[in-house]
Amino acid sequence: MHPSNALNYDYTVARYFMFSTILFGIVGMAIGTLIAFQMAYPDLNYLAGEYGTFSRLRPLHTSGVIFGFMLSGIWATWYYIGQRVLKVSMAESKFLMVVGKLHFWLYMLLMVIAVITLFAGVSTSKEYAELEWPLDILVVLVWVLWGVSIFGLIGIRREKTLYISLWYYIATFLGIAMLYLFNNMAVPTYFVTGLGNWWHSISMYAGTNDALVQWWYGHNAVAFVFTVGIIAQIYYFLPKESGQPIFSYKLSLFSFWGLMFVYLWAGGHHLIYSTVPDWMQTMGSVFSVVLILPSWGSAINILLTMKGEWEQLRESPLIKFMILASTFYMFSTLEGPILSIKSVNALAHFTDWIPGHVHDGTLGWVGFMTMAALYHMTPRVFKRELYSKSLMEMQFWIQTTGIVLYFASMWIAGITQGMMWRAADEYGNLLYTFIDTVDAIIPYYWIRAVGGLLYLVGFFMFTYNIYKSIVAGKTLEKEPANASPMAA
Amino acid sequence: MFSFLEKNPFFFAVAVFVVIAYAGVIEVLPDFANNARPLDSKKPYSVLQLAGRQVYINESCNACHSQLIRPFKSETDRYGMYSVSGEFAYDRPFLWGSKRTGPDLARVGDYRTADWHENHMFEPTSVVPTSIMPAYKHMFKKTADIETAYASALTSKKVFNVPYDKEGQTKLGTYEEAQAEVKAEAAAIVEQMKDPEVKAAFERGEIKEIVALIAYLNSLK
Repeated sequence: MHPSNALNYDYTVARYFMFSTILFGIVGMAIGTLIAFQMAYPDLNYLAGEYGTFSRLRPLHTSGVIFGFMLSGIWATWYYIGQRVLKVSMAESKFLMVVGKLHFWLYMLLMVIAVITLFAGVSTSKEYAELEWPLDILVVLVWVLWGVSIFGLIGIRREKTLYISLWYYIATFLGIAMLYLFNNMAVPTYFVTGLGNWWHSISMYAGTNDALVQWWYGHNAVAFVFTVGIIAQIYYFLPKESGQPIFSYKLSLFSFWGLMFVYLWAGGHHLIYSTVPDWMQTMGSVFSVVLILPSWGSAINILLTMKGEWEQLRESPLIKFMILASTFYMFSTLEGPILSIKSVNALAHFTDWIPGHVHDGTLGWVGFMTMAALYHMTPRVFKRELYSKSLMEMQFWIQTTGIVLYFASMWIAGITQGMMWRAADEYGNLLYTFIDTVDAIIPYYWIRAVGGLLYLVGFFMFTYNIYKSIVAGKTLEKEPANASPMAA
Repeated sequence: MFSFLEKNPFFFAVAVFVVIAYAGVIEVLPDFANNARPLDSKKPYSVLQLAGRQVYINESCNACHSQLIRPFKSETDRYGMYSVSGEFAYDRPFLWGSKRTGPDLARVGDYRTADWHENHMFEPTSVVPTSIMPAYKHMFKKTADIETAYASALTSKKVFNVPYDKEGQTKLGTYEEAQAEVKAEAAAIVEQMKDPEVKAAFERGEIKEIVALIAYLNSLK
């Protein structure tokens, strides 16, 4: 191919996934905000009978955000980045095009059934793996299709060397495939006995073993969806947006392989002071602390990419989103290891500090990066200028305020709970009943709910901005080289 | 070495897989057999208890209530004896939970009556005035799925060698025998309950979800 003869990348599938990212973002975050308010004001549980209780909605919120919003985001960016760093258009392969579309539509089908079944209370109760076995099989199918897409596109590539982002996409694919398969092993009871519901199953593992496998999965789904999949995005979009090369190739290498090598151990920190053997708890704890190195390696590498170009932070809200995302990544990957230290864990485990920790990672790091990715892609996919820079600015500050309210209130709530649970009087008797500890943190639940609401409002502003860009933005003649074009 | 991998996607993928898979092998596998051993005093769940456990799972009670007492004085004072691995040998899946919005339930069978649970599920604030738990009134209307619970128990007996029908263990028998067993067990609980509709339904031969759930909660000791 002649260099002047630019490839026409085909963004059909990327566009589909951009829409589903926004759709599930709204659904997942709206449910999240609702359940946050339910904890502060329990009467909200009765909006829809049994289908509106906190407990039914909670798995919908987590699955909606993780597997709806974040995975859609990862796939939208894959169908965009994949072609560009491999220098091959999806339009060149009918097969990969069909795979891509099938990937999307099967995924939509899966999500619709997942929402219905979770509403109905069909659940295996394993966190982030609540779906029953027929849906698990559908998940595997969707996942395999994505794998075919990755390796298919790699198979017909023109660029010989795999760009860093691709390492991370491949790792996301392999990691989740392994974790999901093993954690969801179950025996459908109908096929053994011919009685009862055909969709019902029991876990292959019992008790402590089940817990081990579940948290090996549960924590590392975080690793390979929330972390690895998002690093794939920032390693592509930040250099593109800022026009700066990645700071250090060696640091990229170190942090990638370091992350792969260490992360899988960290699941053990969910089981500190549980009934799993002590050495496992200790390993989980120690490796979680070691994990600071590769995590900060990536984050520092990303931040130093802006070396000498920090004024861009003032000029471009998009850069701001990405830099704040990396900062929250550093924050969250320092907080995690602190929570894994046994004595801290003894206090913090089972408290609201944990959702607080999860949310500074997900809202700050994952949410901001995913939105930044969509902002970057929109002018290139739809050939339109971004609609409003000032709206982006406003969104940025509203959401940042939301996150700060969220984690600050949950820290205080969590530490308060932990301290009250263990508080004893001079004779060694417990000072508080359990309900005392609930009453004490209601104000923080309000603050958290307001924080969540601000973030949701920001997400609506984001949706509006993207929508207006697509329908009313100025047409772009040719693709912008770096720094997204924006109307004032 | 690394630039070689970056040009060979196949070997790259293999390398990534090896590097991520080893931790599972070392961390998860070694104590598998050990962890699966039940306590001598532990018996498999009865069919009614399993049906209740399924209600507990369907309503995601584990999102707010843990079933794992950690070995601290504050926890053993509050909830009872700390948890040991052998207690959970028949738990498929485990229900430790990860967050305590409500108290731990691992020993709730020791200190709550059927009556208390009934009120708590129907109107939580009637027994704990500032409770933020949702009411689960529909458990008083919906009929427990005994057949699926039996299928669960039979599957764990057939596939995982759970010692149902063994000397001194929980009796399972045929589906008809199990149904009679369930009925007798439910009768004892309905006896202690106040709700007239649940009682009337039981007379008609229907076992409501709340009855099964209470059977399960009472088994947590």
